[in-house]
Amino acid sequence: MKAAVIVFPGSNCDRDCAVAVERSTGAKVEMVWHKDTALPDALDLIVLPGGFSYGDYLRCGAMAALSPIMKEVIAAANRGVATVGICNGFQILCEAGLLPGALLRNEGLKYVCKPIGLEVTNAQTRFTAGYQGRREVTMTIGNGEGNFFADKETLARIEGEGQVVFRYLENPNGSVDDIAGIVNEAGNVLGMMPHPDRAFEADLGSADGAILFQSALASA
Amino acid sequence: MKATVHVFLKPGVLDVQGKAVENALHGLGWADVKDVRVGRVITFDLGGTDKAAAEAEVKAMCDKLLANTVIESYRIEVA
Repeated sequence: MKAAVIVFPGSNCDRDCAVAVERSTGAKVEMVWHKDTALPDALDLIVLPGGFSYGDYLRCGAMAALSPIMKEVIAAANRGVATVGICNGFQILCEAGLLPGALLRNEGLKYVCKPIGLEVTNAQTRFTAGYQGRREVTMTIGNGEGNFFADKETLARIEGEGQVVFRYLENPNGSVDDIAGIVNEAGNVLGMMPHPDRAFEADLGSADGAILFQSALASA
Repeated sequence: MKATVHVFLKPGVLDVQGKAVENALHGLGWADVKDVRVGRVITFDLGGTDKAAAEAEVKAMCDKLLANTVIESYRIEVA
């Protein structure tokens, strides 16, 4: 099993993601610099980590979405490689057009950082199958612009297609329909604001994030 | 040619920053102020002399990078 974590200037959860994936799955993890023009061969999982890529200039994730490596990430995602964007990674996936919608500034204007309860809305995805029907999990959020928005038509479509994967039990930021994480139509690209990489062993307060990485790689 | 691009959140998309500024203006005594929107202005030189061609270029820049049309609308001035 092999995973890659993409490192953008301003990423700050890249090491967390690498350690989380390694410890929870045993997969070999390679760090890939955003200026690289090729991904490692035979990847089973690509992780876009949290942070403040390019200092959130212009819009969160906007510049990172145009980094040289993103051409390869988009091609791999379109080939069906499991791809997870966490927090800033979610913003990058939306800006890159791999996921619908966008992330707005939090309704309360505050950066929100705390453990949070999530509903596993769709347990049939390759990322959530490992929860085996468990309805509630706990992970940590840490964001100032995590307020998911999509227009009515898009929202109806992703709700109808089961693309909403996680919902907040208590909405921390104004996200429409309490949405915390979504997958693309094909089901191989996941974007989520909560951090599974900050919840991969009990000492961190929750090990629920480990199951997400295990699921993603089990189906590889 | 000089381009000026104004980017704002679309009507209907909650502008929490605008809301906060509006509340602050109310606090300062401007009670009648409403619908405050905070946007962004981007200016640059882009050479050339053909206004229509420049506008088309700037529009492409907006769609590709300067605005996220999922949430934002933009207005272009070229002179």
